[in-house]
Amino acid sequence: MTVQDRVHSPEEGAAQGGAYEERTLGFWLYMLSDAVIFALLFATYLVMAGNIAGAPSPQSQFSLTHAFGETLLLLTSSLTFGLASLAQKANRPRLLQAFLLVTFLLGLGFVLMELVEFQGMIAAGAGPDQSGALSSFFVLVGTHGLHVSVGLLWILVMMSQVALKGLTAPVSSRLARLGLFWHFLDIIWVGIFSVVYLPGVLE
Amino acid sequence: MTDSSSNSPARPALPGLKRYLTGFVLALILTVIPFALVATGSLPRTETLLVVVAAAVVQILVHLRFFLHLGVSTTPRETLLAIAFASVLIFIMIGGSIWIMFDLHQRMFA
Repeated sequence: MTVQDRVHSPEEGAAQGGAYEERTLGFWLYMLSDAVIFALLFATYLVMAGNIAGAPSPQSQFSLTHAFGETLLLLTSSLTFGLASLAQKANRPRLLQAFLLVTFLLGLGFVLMELVEFQGMIAAGAGPDQSGALSSFFVLVGTHGLHVSVGLLWILVMMSQVALKGLTAPVSSRLARLGLFWHFLDIIWVGIFSVVYLPGVLE
Repeated sequence: MTDSSSNSPARPALPGLKRYLTGFVLALILTVIPFALVATGSLPRTETLLVVVAAAVVQILVHLRFFLHLGVSTTPRETLLAIAFASVLIFIMIGGSIWIMFDLHQRMFA
């Protein structure tokens, strides 16, 4: 990326592919800094996981089938978002909207399952205020859930943009970045079930 | 289900579909293996944890390749450099935290 490649007005940018490439790099930089935040939350959880301070341990609250269900929902939503990207590239807005809707519903199912789990834990006296281990668990998994919720909102925004503006160059470019974000969240979840849930159930 | 581009709008197949399906099936296998091992307890604890970690690392690579379309020759150099840098940072932060805190724990309470 040289200085000459940079464009200054958004209208100019819309006409040039180079500007979109630059935005993709910028979005990667955002995702990687987000990954660094998650890495710190993972490190905090690993260090704090044993500090239960007399409260129920987070590990005693985990259900393998619940975590597996959440994993399947998120993984399938990653596939349906991939199909949405293909429909976008094939210039088929209706198919794109259908896949975005399916992705949204799968993501919503994931967030609801997570809320049910959190509610059950708090009701069982294992809320985030009970111990260091529980605080670090809720912050790590909750931050991921918050990201997925923002992704859901973003999917709704993009669905209305596709409906109102059609598949213009800026809309397609935004959809591509939403795709990066959605697939990125699934990668973080792979870390969560491998570091938090599976070793937790194993104990 | 073909990768060749087609101009006819009636065809249901989408170009590039195979790539996403391959990634999905690989990710599914790499998810089922660790969950099944933990559910059945067919391996000792340490071996199970090793398989869980290995499956996670491979699955993350599968996601990067098949869903995020990363490739050494296709992805811009700046992006690859940024990813490599972030990976080193993440490795140092997680590895370093565990190393220091568990060493401290052993020295103080062992």
